[in-house]
Amino acid sequence: MTGRSPQGPFPPTEEMLARPVPTALQVAQEEELHAAWRTRTGLRYLMSTNNTVIGKWYAATCLVFMLFSGVLALLMRIQLAFPGMNFLDADRFNQFFTMHGTGMMFLFAVPLFEAMAILLLPAFLGARDMPFPRLSAFGYWSFLIGGVFVLGSVLFDAAPSSGWFMYPPLATEAEGAGSDIWLLGLSFIEVASIAAAVELIVGVLKCRPPGMRVNMMPLYAWYVLVVGGMILFAFPPLIAGDLLFELERALDWPFFDPARGGEPLFWQHLFWIFGHPEVYIVFLPSIAIAAMIVPTVAQRPIVGYSWIVLSAVGTGFLSFGLWVHHMFTTGLPLISLGFFSAASEAVVIPTGIQIFVFLATLALGRVRMSLPMLWIAGALAIFTAGGLTGVMLAIAPFDWQVHDTYFIVAHLHYTLFGGMILPVMAGVYYFHPFFAKRMLSERLGKWAFWLIFGGFNLCFLPMHLTGLLGMPRRVFTYPGDIGWNTLNLISTIGAFTIAAGFAIFLWDLVRPGKPHLTNRNPWNAGTLEWTDQVRHRDWGVRSIPYVTSRYPLWDQPKLVARMDAGRYYLPDAPERLRETMVTSVIDARPTQVQRVTGDSWIPLLAAIFTGGCFILPIFHLYAPAAMSGVMAVGCILYWLWTATAQVPKAEMRKAGLGLKLPLYASGPEAVGWWAMWITMLADSTAFASLVFGFFFYWTARADFIPGDATHADAGLVALCAAGILLSWGLTYGARHLNRSAHATAARSALIAAPTLALGAGTALVLSVLELSPTSHVYPAIICALVIWTGAHIALGILMQFYCLAGTIFGKIDPNHDTDLWNVTLYWHFLLMTVAVTAAVIGLAPRLL
Amino acid sequence: MLRKAISPRFLRSPACLLLVLPLAACDGRQSVLNAAGQDSRQLLYLFIVMLAGAVVLWLGLNGLFLYVTRLRPQALKIHNVNWFLFGAGVLFPSVVIGALLAWGLSIMPAQRAAGDGLRIAVHAEEWWWRVEYWPKGATTPIVSANEIRFPAGSRSELHLSADTYIHSLWIPALGGKMDMIPGRTTVLTLHPDLEGFYRGQCAELCGASHALMAFQAVVMAPDDFARWLKDQAASAPPPTSPAATRGEALFRDEGCGACHTVRGTEFVGAVGPDLTHFASRGTLGAGNWQPTAENLMAWIAHADDLKPDVAMPAYDWLDPDQLADLAAYLKGLT
Repeated sequence: MTGRSPQGPFPPTEEMLARPVPTALQVAQEEELHAAWRTRTGLRYLMSTNNTVIGKWYAATCLVFMLFSGVLALLMRIQLAFPGMNFLDADRFNQFFTMHGTGMMFLFAVPLFEAMAILLLPAFLGARDMPFPRLSAFGYWSFLIGGVFVLGSVLFDAAPSSGWFMYPPLATEAEGAGSDIWLLGLSFIEVASIAAAVELIVGVLKCRPPGMRVNMMPLYAWYVLVVGGMILFAFPPLIAGDLLFELERALDWPFFDPARGGEPLFWQHLFWIFGHPEVYIVFLPSIAIAAMIVPTVAQRPIVGYSWIVLSAVGTGFLSFGLWVHHMFTTGLPLISLGFFSAASEAVVIPTGIQIFVFLATLALGRVRMSLPMLWIAGALAIFTAGGLTGVMLAIAPFDWQVHDTYFIVAHLHYTLFGGMILPVMAGVYYFHPFFAKRMLSERLGKWAFWLIFGGFNLCFLPMHLTGLLGMPRRVFTYPGDIGWNTLNLISTIGAFTIAAGFAIFLWDLVRPGKPHLTNRNPWNAGTLEWTDQVRHRDWGVRSIPYVTSRYPLWDQPKLVARMDAGRYYLPDAPERLRETMVTSVIDARPTQVQRVTGDSWIPLLAAIFTGGCFILPIFHLYAPAAMSGVMAVGCILYWLWTATAQVPKAEMRKAGLGLKLPLYASGPEAVGWWAMWITMLADSTAFASLVFGFFFYWTARADFIPGDATHADAGLVALCAAGILLSWGLTYGARHLNRSAHATAARSALIAAPTLALGAGTALVLSVLELSPTSHVYPAIICALVIWTGAHIALGILMQFYCLAGTIFGKIDPNHDTDLWNVTLYWHFLLMTVAVTAAVIGLAPRLL
Repeated sequence: MLRKAISPRFLRSPACLLLVLPLAACDGRQSVLNAAGQDSRQLLYLFIVMLAGAVVLWLGLNGLFLYVTRLRPQALKIHNVNWFLFGAGVLFPSVVIGALLAWGLSIMPAQRAAGDGLRIAVHAEEWWWRVEYWPKGATTPIVSANEIRFPAGSRSELHLSADTYIHSLWIPALGGKMDMIPGRTTVLTLHPDLEGFYRGQCAELCGASHALMAFQAVVMAPDDFARWLKDQAASAPPPTSPAATRGEALFRDEGCGACHTVRGTEFVGAVGPDLTHFASRGTLGAGNWQPTAENLMAWIAHADDLKPDVAMPAYDWLDPDQLADLAAYLKGLT
């Protein structure tokens, strides 16, 4: 390396930690920290990037979207209260249930995980902020714009109406912009979700406090890691599906049209490869909240830490092998049904273990019932009922009967209320004193609980029976003589009871005059977030502690006083810049002080233009969309250039307790490199889904590949592959040349590389010009692969130019080359993408 | 106050469902609990066993939770937590699930067994059902619509396909459902054994009138079925009353024959349901209304009011007398 390694003692000795910090120094340090971290006021508040601010915005927005989607459900329940009602017409009813599902899943359940993680994770880890605060802000603004746009469409009677699963051909053939709003609006939000997942994973891996080895992480952090990983592999297939879907909608490429070789079931596979893990993406973070509350309630450490961690990982893995249980009635062979039945049942084991870990912890501890625990108890009662009906449904033949009936509606709401809503409510009551510094009312909380819990069972328990009596889902009306009337009326009454409970909860949340917090740790919890002072300070932790226990507040009695005094790491901000600590992945040894990006308008601007790029095409405004896209790229380049991987004034910084840490890192030491790796895993998953498409058609359709098909020009495809190989070699070479101070050679390589890549990209496009993608799915999937690969080549070229500019303007020099490392990493993946594309479009048709 | 109320808790528990089930089982033409065939009875049995197990497990788990949090809030001792977790979290569910899978999956092949001879091709349209009967050895089908009849005591094969969108055919009293997918043919086999009238409905969202895509399923004694099928194969009877004769003329003049077939006449349209023996069917508008003269008149005049986005135009220019004549003609198509 470049001589930037940590210097000084680690770990600190007790003697070092016992040394007092002079009061004058403490005051001076607090002033520095305040200058660096203070939250702006007035309109500039919107420039905030601090995780506590973004986290609150995010969570509040999720809550609003949840209420909106909930109101849609209430309106639907009015329509269904009696047979033959005319409160909503068929089309509006279809819009409402589509938006209810879409809103609850995409705009509430998944983003709420991101919101809570962004709000809480740095506090759990004693970090000052997330590693990429502007990315959090960009993700939030994207989510807000996309969410308002998608949900708002319902007010203009223009919402999608084909169900939140958007099955073609119904959704591809649907008139109006509804389907496009769903596809493009949600793709935009999905990209933001993936960005959040990348950031959360890097946060857990690299931003833990010194001494917190992986086996000491709070369980919440483990769940964030698992769920973040699941998002990386679950969302990309849907994004790939969205791309194909929109190509069919906009350009009539027949991916799902059976008349031209397409296959409606392909979408169902892609959707549920996403959709089933999604259920666990929603469920696991809520279990994570329970895993933080249960030890506090029991006043003892969690029992079976490794059991619960392995179970969480196991659930994550299994969740990717279950998707076909949403397709048990599509006529798949019995052998597949048997396999997916068994896999679906297997998930009982890790889920059960997590519940039994809680039971054992409570049994061994000294339980203090509290309001959060009441919600957890309610969650358990509801979730186990939903889980047990899940065990029934996983048996394929039983599913043949009740699939797509109200039995399923009951089941999924039992799992989602028990597995998500109620634990989240427990979390809100538990963490409210942490993030709002006030206590919620015990009395109102109990009213809210019993109304929601009682109303829930009143609404959804009868639905099991409604389904068994034959009522299908998604019907806007039903005949009055089949025996469904009473049950539906009861469900409607129950739905409004739930709403009353939420109204009380909301009132408690917003009412003035709630008592201020007097004790920073009101539940006597053991984890780091409760070190946050009674008066919250924008900098988060006063100093980053050295941790030696899973429950430091219980096991390290002097920790809080020493943190407050600034005895630990990074107690100051001499350059008035925002910084947080980076530690090694496994054993959390300090490796670097990371300068994190601060408040700025750029995330908001970038999100507006990115939103324009996704939203304008819905109205066929292609030129403004393209301009908006260019502006978005410009914003992001400006942001990267001015705020990331800056060359520091001094290489090293005193980090406290005698430790000196580097301020710059490149390669695997740098958080950005990890972020690139993780992003490219997600990117490759989306690409793999497209390639899967090619082979899916090949196995599913006898007419794939058509005998008289025009193939991609093999010569040009080979030329493209060769050009990319050379360009990759030059990029890789440029990194080495730069490191060994051959600046001119490095720059020459960085000029030649994009030139070659440009030629290669052109060859790729030319190779398929003869194909007519509207005629059959074969040319269509080839062209889709070319679009995907071509866009990635274009991005690769942009990155090469960025590095070239970096070497010219001093952002990159032999000692500071993190951009080059990250770009080279991108190019490793790009090379792989091009190689696979070339093999599939150039070779496969000639061999198969 | 609320905490002390025990009985509402019972009402909310799945145990309550056990008491409700027998009450519910006796009504409902569209009920899973009203099993009228081998397949549905087997699945009902599976469900009842699973439900009983689920209730026991739910009570056990939540009882345990109540015990450790409320009844004995002081610390318990579990000598070996790992054994507890292994036993309760791995061993016990593995055994239960293993047994359930072995039994549950073993009943699948019988439910997909080949038919005993009768093949019924059902093609889903927006939002109605084109039905063709192919008795053993038949070279041409006997065409009907919006009603499916089965002979009791034998296994019939339903060959399912769809026109534009995905649909799903489901007769809860007879067995599980099967999706109908454009570009594919899926097969469902059913073995009804109790004669009677049942109701089937589309179970997959298929657009505006998904809720109104139903049909009547009739299970008949084999002899009755054979006789009925023979009648269905015949051409439509000619009009017998003056009103019906006027109705036939209107049918011709208004162009109804461009969409509907009435076999034995010049009406050979293939867009809408075959009406050759319309009056022999139990419902109007794909399982939704009684085929009374009043309902027929309302349907012809304003089909789109009754069934959103339906392809049949509203004949709102016809006066009540004309509508009555048309209804008389259709009521004569026995």
